[in-house]
Amino acid sequence: MEIKTRTLTLTEEEWVHPGNRACAGCGLGIVYRTALKALGKNTILVVPPSCLTVLQGLYPIAATKLPCVNVTFASTGAAASGVRAAMRALKKEKVNVVAFAGDGGTGDIGIQALSGACERGEDILYICYDNEAYMNTGVQRSGTTPQGVVTTTTPIKGKPQVKKDVPAIVAAHRIPYLATASAAYPLDLYDKVRKAITIKGPKYIHVHTPCPPGWGFDTRYTIKVGRMAVETGLFDLYEKDAEGFRLTDASLKLTGKERKPVIDYFKTQGRFKSLSESMVSDIQKEVDLKWAGYC
Amino acid sequence: MHLIESGNVAAATGVKLSRVQVVAAYPITPQTPLTEKLSEFVAEGSLDSEYIPVESEHSAMAVCIAASSAGTRTFTATSANGLLYMNEQLHWAAGARLPIVMCVVNRGIGAPWTVWNDHQDSISQRDGGWIQLYANDHQQIIDTVIKAFRLAETVSIPVMVCYDGYLLSHTYMPFDTPDQDKVDSFLPAFNPINKLDPENPSNFNSVTLPDVRPDVRGNMAPGYMEIRHGLHQDMRRSMDVLQEIDQSFFEEFGRGGNPFLEPYRCDDADHVVVCLGSLSYHMRDVIDELRAEGTAVGVMGVQLYRPFPDQAIVDALAGKRSVMVFEKALSYGNQGALYADIKSALYTCTERPLICNHILGLGGREIKTKHLYDAVKQSCENPETMGDTPRWIGLKCQDNG
Repeated sequence: MEIKTRTLTLTEEEWVHPGNRACAGCGLGIVYRTALKALGKNTILVVPPSCLTVLQGLYPIAATKLPCVNVTFASTGAAASGVRAAMRALKKEKVNVVAFAGDGGTGDIGIQALSGACERGEDILYICYDNEAYMNTGVQRSGTTPQGVVTTTTPIKGKPQVKKDVPAIVAAHRIPYLATASAAYPLDLYDKVRKAITIKGPKYIHVHTPCPPGWGFDTRYTIKVGRMAVETGLFDLYEKDAEGFRLTDASLKLTGKERKPVIDYFKTQGRFKSLSESMVSDIQKEVDLKWAGYC
Repeated sequence: MHLIESGNVAAATGVKLSRVQVVAAYPITPQTPLTEKLSEFVAEGSLDSEYIPVESEHSAMAVCIAASSAGTRTFTATSANGLLYMNEQLHWAAGARLPIVMCVVNRGIGAPWTVWNDHQDSISQRDGGWIQLYANDHQQIIDTVIKAFRLAETVSIPVMVCYDGYLLSHTYMPFDTPDQDKVDSFLPAFNPINKLDPENPSNFNSVTLPDVRPDVRGNMAPGYMEIRHGLHQDMRRSMDVLQEIDQSFFEEFGRGGNPFLEPYRCDDADHVVVCLGSLSYHMRDVIDELRAEGTAVGVMGVQLYRPFPDQAIVDALAGKRSVMVFEKALSYGNQGALYADIKSALYTCTERPLICNHILGLGGREIKTKHLYDAVKQSCENPETMGDTPRWIGLKCQDNG
């Protein structure tokens, strides 16, 4: 039986120091804090360049109470494999080896090493926090930036191409556990991380992570914006494992119900200002079609 | 025990005797048989190591970096473009002070594609903070691999063991394999003070600022520049450490004794040829021939290229009439890298020899003993004609560009 963690049953133990270098309202701050609560002490983290590198602090001070190795941008999946190999060699099999990377570090520059690790069946958990652009360098487009979004490298007209479906690419490796989550639903994320570390082999969790400065919304709306992405059916919470695909949590509750129109989500953020009515209509149709497939 | 095997198997045997704990490698010609042999050792159970068949060289070094950070003895091997694909990882491994050992089976770099031997691959990585050792035969390959682990772990700096593709990697020679128990006492288990450990958490390779910063207790911590200065100082210090390790190896196994330079008939020589790798052994035939004709010439192999043994170079070459540097690599638009380094070292001498540079054997172009003989003889007979421009040996169809 699956245990649903609630606010009252969530562990109080913290592994991320307060006062770290995350921006105000940072979705990653929530994701990182929540995931580390779920992972606990017996964990080694692997982190490529990303907002997380900055959040963790500047030498010789660190915001994380867990051991962490910062690695080169394209190498996260392989580096996590290396830590796991060392743990096997040292007979420390129970250590959680967890890669924590952004969407660029995962789906763009890091996809080869991630694919290699998944194909080899490495016993690692890979968490991708997807803030849908290269935020650490100042909001440039990434493969996972949605269509129409204005970034500093897709100025004025927005990004012409659609968002890359990174979880689907990872799923093609037929790994034992894959999930999506959102910074706006931290308890769902918590339970998915808890579940993932009980499973042997490659695990992947893709976390939708709102970014106030990058997406153009006020810092107090991080949760609201994140929830809107789920409530409009644009970003879906699901799990995929040996038992198949299933929607979870807030997305599961949406099945058979009327969803909010996608325009409501787009209106909350400055980055969608260049979307035309016809593009919004096309995206709405695409979302409707996707959800027709769920029911 | 004596074996007659390839240079790649000599390297793999050295790795096995060193009881490496994590191997990650991606096949590339002419390194491939080394990788295959290690996977065979692991599969048959004669080497108790993790073997990670990665999807690229960049990932091979990533595995080694992470596994070494976690406190295990790690090894990889590559050649040519594989080494270049690792480039940022090589700098990372050195900056992170990880004692990784890697064999570089020397091969020319594309484009155009070549799978044959020259030294451009490892020479192009000379400034990345790795120690570079060059082996000249199979015995040196196996011995150097074992010594390299002890050196790397003593000074916390990664070590490249370089040897010539095909000329050494794929040829068969007899060599002695040291006894495991003797290797075990020569090379104790790797147990670093700092490692990734949930019982003693720390953050590795985090962001530094241009200036130094205090830690949470108010103690000033080194900044980027201090950390990099430390790498340079320890690289220089590693020459003394290598000397001690080589001496200790000599006492245990009866081989070695000259870890920086390998002179042959140099003591009374007026002229000295200098080269890297197996070419210095090839050159010995030429030296013998010229000696028989009455020319006082010797050859010196450079076994330690980084850190550069400048004082040993000065001691060996000061007062000679001429020095001829033969190289299978060059810094395009300038001169051979080894030549420029030797010239620089000799600048401090009061009696500076005349010096010249020959470029040869690129992309596996055959090096004929006759060509070597002619080049050395000409330089010895007319050293005053030596210029600073590299002379190319073995070029054909020059009229066609």
